[in-house]
Amino acid sequence: MAIKIFFPTSCSAAESGLLIGRWMEEHRSAVILATLQFPFIPASVKRHLSQLEQVTGMSLSVLGTWSHSKAEADEKMENFLGELSSIFKHQPWLRMARETTSKFWDCRIESLEDGASEDVVLVYYDQRKVMLSELHSASEHSEIAAMFNTVAKNQLLFANDKYDEGPVRLTHWQSEGMEASIIVELGKQASVPMCAVLSFFVSAITSICSLRVLSGKPLSFLWNKLSTFEQLGNRLENLRIISSAEKAQDHVTFMSSLLAGYIRLMSPFIEVILWYIGLSACLGLSVALSILSDIIALLTFHIYCFYVYGASASNTGVNMTLHVMYFFLLQLFLGTLLFTILLFLLPTTALYYLVFTLLRLVMIVVQGVIQMTIDLLSTLPFYALLLRLCRSYRLAAGVKFQMLEQKSGKPLRLLMQINPLPYGQVLQTYRLPSRRCYPKDSWGSLCKKLFIGEVIYPWKQKDKQH
Amino acid sequence: MEEKEYSDIYGNTITLQQQSYSDTCQDFTITSSKVSIRSLTTWTCVVWIIAYVLFVCTQQTAVLTVAILFSIVGLLLYLHLVKVDHESLLILGSLGIQRTSTYASGRENTVFIEMCRVQDVVINEGISMHRVNYYLCLLLKDPSDPQAGVSQVIPVFQSCQPRLDCLVEVYRSCQEVLAHRNKVAS
Repeated sequence: MAIKIFFPTSCSAAESGLLIGRWMEEHRSAVILATLQFPFIPASVKRHLSQLEQVTGMSLSVLGTWSHSKAEADEKMENFLGELSSIFKHQPWLRMARETTSKFWDCRIESLEDGASEDVVLVYYDQRKVMLSELHSASEHSEIAAMFNTVAKNQLLFANDKYDEGPVRLTHWQSEGMEASIIVELGKQASVPMCAVLSFFVSAITSICSLRVLSGKPLSFLWNKLSTFEQLGNRLENLRIISSAEKAQDHVTFMSSLLAGYIRLMSPFIEVILWYIGLSACLGLSVALSILSDIIALLTFHIYCFYVYGASASNTGVNMTLHVMYFFLLQLFLGTLLFTILLFLLPTTALYYLVFTLLRLVMIVVQGVIQMTIDLLSTLPFYALLLRLCRSYRLAAGVKFQMLEQKSGKPLRLLMQINPLPYGQVLQTYRLPSRRCYPKDSWGSLCKKLFIGEVIYPWKQKDKQH
Repeated sequence: MEEKEYSDIYGNTITLQQQSYSDTCQDFTITSSKVSIRSLTTWTCVVWIIAYVLFVCTQQTAVLTVAILFSIVGLLLYLHLVKVDHESLLILGSLGIQRTSTYASGRENTVFIEMCRVQDVVINEGISMHRVNYYLCLLLKDPSDPQAGVSQVIPVFQSCQPRLDCLVEVYRSCQEVLAHRNKVAS
């Protein structure tokens, strides 16, 4: 089985030195975490690594040497690097060499147990992304999971780099971003005058808005008068509708005019109600929506009452028991008369029931939509979705490999990238538990209930005791 | 790189590209037939004739707008979600098997399966209606419980659906790589 070397892309431009990382014997792969630059004292390197090992609990070692030659190969340097394997004893010992002009690197593996030469697969990885990402659905035997774990646990190693003064000088992903951090510092310096300018603009706009001209006498007076006239007009209209002697054209227009009158009667309160809903929004959108839902239920209470009346009126013959009765002729005649009246009244009652059932259904649909919005707001994992959108490598479903250019006689080159978690799985994994109870009715039973006139509820009915 | 022409189960031409990087690293890419200009024209014409008939009946210009939007959005969604341009199977003997589908819009769907989970690669036969379809599939095992047998079956080349002769070619190379792996492991 070939030996795999996971190599961080940030180290590919590093100067010659030592390779620091972890050897995973069970997978036969080496995870390179950093390169160590000259000059160093071997004893202090060993001490530094053992200190790190005590903190992270993961064995780190010097895996081999790294030579980055700018021009022709330096014979003396080669010999020196070769001698290092006797100071830092590790099996196997890696010898990686890169020439600046060539894309293809040399990898040799020395002091293997069985002495056989092995194929080498070179896998490049982005150290920062691998360190930050969280691998989902990985088993404990997985090589990739072990590799991710190694990089994530050794964050302490990345704390100091080659620009710091210290016994060891390392190159890893942190040493890449030095140029960018200068820009950040400049940005911090520039932020104070920027904030001053912005606050000046904001205060100027506020002072314009609070000028006395806008809240002066003529404007507010006009506003008051206008609203008073409107209110007066509404009241007169209400009176006219309620006291009008003309017959409504049909039931539906009568209903709609009744509703319009109701809304006009309510109009002075609606303003106050809306204001309080707006006030409650400071507790969150879901609170405001819940209050809105309750207020809609209260305002349409008359529809509910009419509907329950209609439903129970058309639902009197529920217990279908057959009673055998014998009548006199006159009783039979009276019964027939009453039945005929009921029969001819049937279209009227049916229409009444239909109209209020439809209104009730509309109300249930509106409240259901509000309920679903509240449910969505309280269970949607916004942070995970934002992470997936902006930093897709943070939530990893796995990895994917891309074949790079190959050359015979050189190790196989692969680029490892992070495969982000699909949105559906993000929702599934991070969705908060919902406490919403859905009505148990299927569509069929709902239609049946509507047809036979049983009262339907938008909420889950409790199991009947009797 | 070798390139051969085969046909899929409906008789359309597909091409199989096989690239061998080393003994244990093989890459197979099956490119399916492109969207034919004839079927595209047919579908557009059908939508437009229906829209025009509706327009004549109803005299509503909104119908034509809807037809334009429908055909454009439909084509975009088809290219982005349905039409697979090529599918590839990358076998890395020491790491695992990677299956990639590339859609006509450039979207890629990649799944990488580690070698410790791969039990075997087989050709399976499935019967649908009056037809027997052969398909290549990966048999996965649970690495924590190797005696439990196959835990999951993942079919590959599901969109291109090549015929048996093409599958046998891929299957042989896969088995070579897997045999190499088993020989080293034992």
